[in-house]
Amino acid sequence: MPHLEIADLSASYEKGVDVLSGIDLQVERGEILSLIGPSGSGKSTLLRVIVGLLPPDSGRMVVDGTPVNFHDKRSLRDLRGRCAIVFQQYNLFQNMNVMRNVTIAPTKIKKRAAASVRAEAEALLEKVGLGDKHDAYPDELSGGQQQRVAIARALALKPEILLLDEVTSALDPELVNEVLDAVRVLAGEGMTMVVVSHEMGFVREVSTRVAMMDEGRIVETGTPEEIFDRPSAGRTRDFVAKILRG
Amino acid sequence: MIERIVDEIPRFFTWYNTIFFLQAMGVTLALTLIGCGLGSIFGFALVYGRQTRGRLFTPVRVLIVGYVEIFRRIPFLVLLFIVLFTTEGFGVRVSFFGIALIAICVISTAYISEIIRAGFEAIHRNQWDAAEAMNFGRVATLRYVIMPQAWKVILPPAFAYFVMFIKDTALASQMGVLELTRVAKIFNDRGYSAFLTFGTCLLLYFILSYPLTRFGQRLERRLASSRNR
Repeated sequence: MPHLEIADLSASYEKGVDVLSGIDLQVERGEILSLIGPSGSGKSTLLRVIVGLLPPDSGRMVVDGTPVNFHDKRSLRDLRGRCAIVFQQYNLFQNMNVMRNVTIAPTKIKKRAAASVRAEAEALLEKVGLGDKHDAYPDELSGGQQQRVAIARALALKPEILLLDEVTSALDPELVNEVLDAVRVLAGEGMTMVVVSHEMGFVREVSTRVAMMDEGRIVETGTPEEIFDRPSAGRTRDFVAKILRG
Repeated sequence: MIERIVDEIPRFFTWYNTIFFLQAMGVTLALTLIGCGLGSIFGFALVYGRQTRGRLFTPVRVLIVGYVEIFRRIPFLVLLFIVLFTTEGFGVRVSFFGIALIAICVISTAYISEIIRAGFEAIHRNQWDAAEAMNFGRVATLRYVIMPQAWKVILPPAFAYFVMFIKDTALASQMGVLELTRVAKIFNDRGYSAFLTFGTCLLLYFILSYPLTRFGQRLERRLASSRNR
């Protein structure tokens, strides 16, 4: 049974203008699936649907054998309890320091004991290399540091599925690697991940499978070798050629 | 003129006249504080209702937008008379103070809801997204994420509005509510010089509004230093 299964799913921000159409996707447990494709192809939108921020217009999504009802609060809560997303713009809470950003959802929303949450948060921040920044506020941190806090915050939710939405796109080039290193550590731990990225070297290195998207559709899926070395769809060939050349 | 005022002062500031003025000041303060206090609570409720989603709540949103747009556009004096004649028309006996209070609440609710809404909208969409993705409900999102950041945007215009409203309550004198302006007028009618009566009135308005302005500034500074952006 796939960990995440999406069938014939369409979604739009405005009625009649499909941003996603007829998406079919299966992600196995422990798999790292990367979504690649040109800007506006619907990659980030697909992540927003998966985490329940955008209800799809049609289609099915099944997580761990349970169908998701996007119009039922309890079903959505359950979905968001299993998934966590890291946004391109980090989206850290500006009014909270690093520690509070990481601990607020586990303590206030999941109602877990503060002491154990804090201990976990300390370990997570250590893991992303920010063990000395507990009391810093987001506007005192570099983009790379903020993004690593965002990753720690997502992990503090103990998600089964981690969604990464262009986590390095907003960063200065010299900060990209510190974030990718943090993700590499996770990739080695067997967590199911869906990753949107323009860092093709990184995608190739960590992904177990790659899906190429264009104009709201999945054009082709395959192993990184298949997609990058022997793409079958014309669209994929063009995109990969352009990216690798650039 | 100076001689006349100096001559009047001992007669004017008698025990009873002073009490009369202070009571009027109390009425002005009560109208402002209760009116704006209730207006803030109702205004917040309107913003909350306006942010509902889904077709089921469409009538609620339409009503709220209509309310806000209408009552922000009616002059306070006109609304006072509307409330007066409406209550009379329904045969409800309400004191003039009560009528003034109702009118103030109606208008301040509309104004303050716009101030609060603008404050919420100044907070970046991505803060809502992050909270929602982490299973925050609407109340939790407002409480932990949005309000702490929005205060800073809401407070300056809100306090400017409160201070403005202290002055607007003067219009209730037109209806006979014994607030500051009305009492000054009464003394003036009794023969005290206008300079003295309205001068005192002016001073009392200043005494009412200045601390409010200062309090607002202090609150702003405190919230600003608690690192909101």
